[in-house]
Amino acid sequence: MKSGGSLSIWFFIGVSLAVNGAIIFARGIYELVYPPEHQVVLYQLHANVWWGAVLLILGLFFSLRFSPARERARMAGKS
Amino acid sequence: MNPALLVLSSSTLVHLSPVDLVIIVFYFALVLAIGLYLKGQANTGEDFFMAGREMTAWVAGLAFLSANLGSLELMGWAGNSYKYGILAAHWYWIGAIPAMLFLALIMMPFYYVCKTHSVPGYLKLRFGQDSQALSSISFALMTVLMSGINMYAMAVVMKVVLGWDLNFSIIVSSVTVAIYVALGGLRSAIFNEVLQFFLIWAGALLIPILGLIEAGGWDGLKAKILHNLTEQHAANPGAYTHLWSTLGNFSDNPMGINWAGIVFGLGAVIAMGYWTTDFLVVQRVLSAKDLRSAELAPIIGAAFKMMVPFIVILPGLLGLALLRDGSGNLLRLVPADLAWSPAGQAQGLHGYDEVLPLMLARYCGPGLLGLGITALIAGFMSGMAGNVSAFSTVWTYDIYGALINKNATDEGKVRMGRWVTVIGVGISIGTAYLVMHAQSIMDYVQALFSFFIAPLFGTVILGMLWKRATKAGGFWGLLAGTVSSVGMYFWVKFDPSSVRYLALSDKAQDQAQNMFRALWCWLICVIVTVVVSLMTKPKSDEELKDLVYGLSPIPKQEHVRWFQSPIFWGAVVAVAFIVLQIIFW
Repeated sequence: MKSGGSLSIWFFIGVSLAVNGAIIFARGIYELVYPPEHQVVLYQLHANVWWGAVLLILGLFFSLRFSPARERARMAGKS
Repeated sequence: MNPALLVLSSSTLVHLSPVDLVIIVFYFALVLAIGLYLKGQANTGEDFFMAGREMTAWVAGLAFLSANLGSLELMGWAGNSYKYGILAAHWYWIGAIPAMLFLALIMMPFYYVCKTHSVPGYLKLRFGQDSQALSSISFALMTVLMSGINMYAMAVVMKVVLGWDLNFSIIVSSVTVAIYVALGGLRSAIFNEVLQFFLIWAGALLIPILGLIEAGGWDGLKAKILHNLTEQHAANPGAYTHLWSTLGNFSDNPMGINWAGIVFGLGAVIAMGYWTTDFLVVQRVLSAKDLRSAELAPIIGAAFKMMVPFIVILPGLLGLALLRDGSGNLLRLVPADLAWSPAGQAQGLHGYDEVLPLMLARYCGPGLLGLGITALIAGFMSGMAGNVSAFSTVWTYDIYGALINKNATDEGKVRMGRWVTVIGVGISIGTAYLVMHAQSIMDYVQALFSFFIAPLFGTVILGMLWKRATKAGGFWGLLAGTVSSVGMYFWVKFDPSSVRYLALSDKAQDQAQNMFRALWCWLICVIVTVVVSLMTKPKSDEELKDLVYGLSPIPKQEHVRWFQSPIFWGAVVAVAFIVLQIIFW
């Protein structure tokens, strides 16, 4: 959906997922190097590493696919 | 302050790290940025109240679902699945999917063709101003009260889970919602609802994945639940993992309900009423850019609704199977009033509704925990925003524009909409503090909200499908249904033994009572509407054009291939729904 401007809702969602994914992934890597004293259940699966990576990749895909520059180019092609 | 709340400040479920706080602050910054960005796109009434009617089917469909996917819903139904087992999934499957498909394929053409701004607006066209006034005033009042309850519930959850001050949570969330809805109107609310949808899945999906790994898959989960409940001497422990096979008798399942209550009370009345006539959700679909998108939107919503039990019901069941206290003994959750009593707090008890945060804390360390908490906050704020934007529309079009200032200009309506958004948030804050001092008000208001939905469905469906229904029939049917529902509620409140007449069993729990009350008041609404209509003069066919089935030419849609048609995707969703019922029978 377009908002009437050049930013799509999917771009905002992409930014949100990418930023959150990057933070969680970075924290996961930090915990691999410095394991925490109090560990959650199934800590050994390192969910924050792979889940953070999944969110980051998904977020980057949305952010690039619906980036303002691409949206402007698409709209220009239509008109 | 309520004494129970003072006790709550003594303990918290989880502790946030700086990484978690960064994620939460980023969420608030992003929603405010979205509101500011959309300010320039909400200049006309169509823009502000209907999001310009330019949403794609995907956006309208996800917003349609998200408007209902608040945190009260997430935490409440996770708690219900801990309490009632997989029976709680009925509220996501038979209690939603058939109604969503009915809205998409049968009712949406009427809403869309008559170009109404709201459900009360349709009632005005079909039954006249009396019915519109009755439904719009009730809806506006209930909506803004529900928004306040959402706000209060969020503040309590933040206090229980994180130890945050109640006033801090209420002020921060309400100011944020007021800013982004007043600036961008429905478009802003919809943007944030779709954002919330992704955040909820991103924040909650890990719980069932990790939970199933720990439990040893679905079979391991069932075996653990059976073992734990047998140890607790629960009646019929097997019933917690079966959807239909224990609904033959009231006493065979933990909810005290039978199949008739689920099929007719929940599926045919409550679900149909909520998903097809509650303007909070219908407004999202009305914002679609064309009729095909408006029909596809609820079908897309239904497809995702079928998956929600994975992140709501499954965590409740996993809690039943896996949660242990510090000594390794089974952790038994209890009703909220017991858990929040001073004695309960002294013993370290937890309420049913705390199962989702408990599971979150079990598997999620710093970062993931912040995302999970952000998903809960986003759910609460989006629930508030949904209520406030629907309130603003109904107030401006159906009360202000219809009863107070019939000559209001479009510009004046937008100005009114922005102010009413801020005022609505202000009233919600007042409600939140009112509820804080008298918790029983929350029960009454939630019950009042449900009183209205079932009879409204009776009135709207007769209006759409039966051309003989008259103005007087519609009004008196709606009034009789609402009054009888309120009457039945207080009958049980003052004489608990009457539940055996109302819900056909003295074992009926709250949810079972709600189902049967809805069924009876819907029947009363329909009977009164039919009888009064047959005694009064109907409108001519010409007056009912575009409002009633058979008299409304549905506009031809652009040619689409069979796999792009709403009917095809509706059939796919219906088949998937049936398969799920068989798998979990």
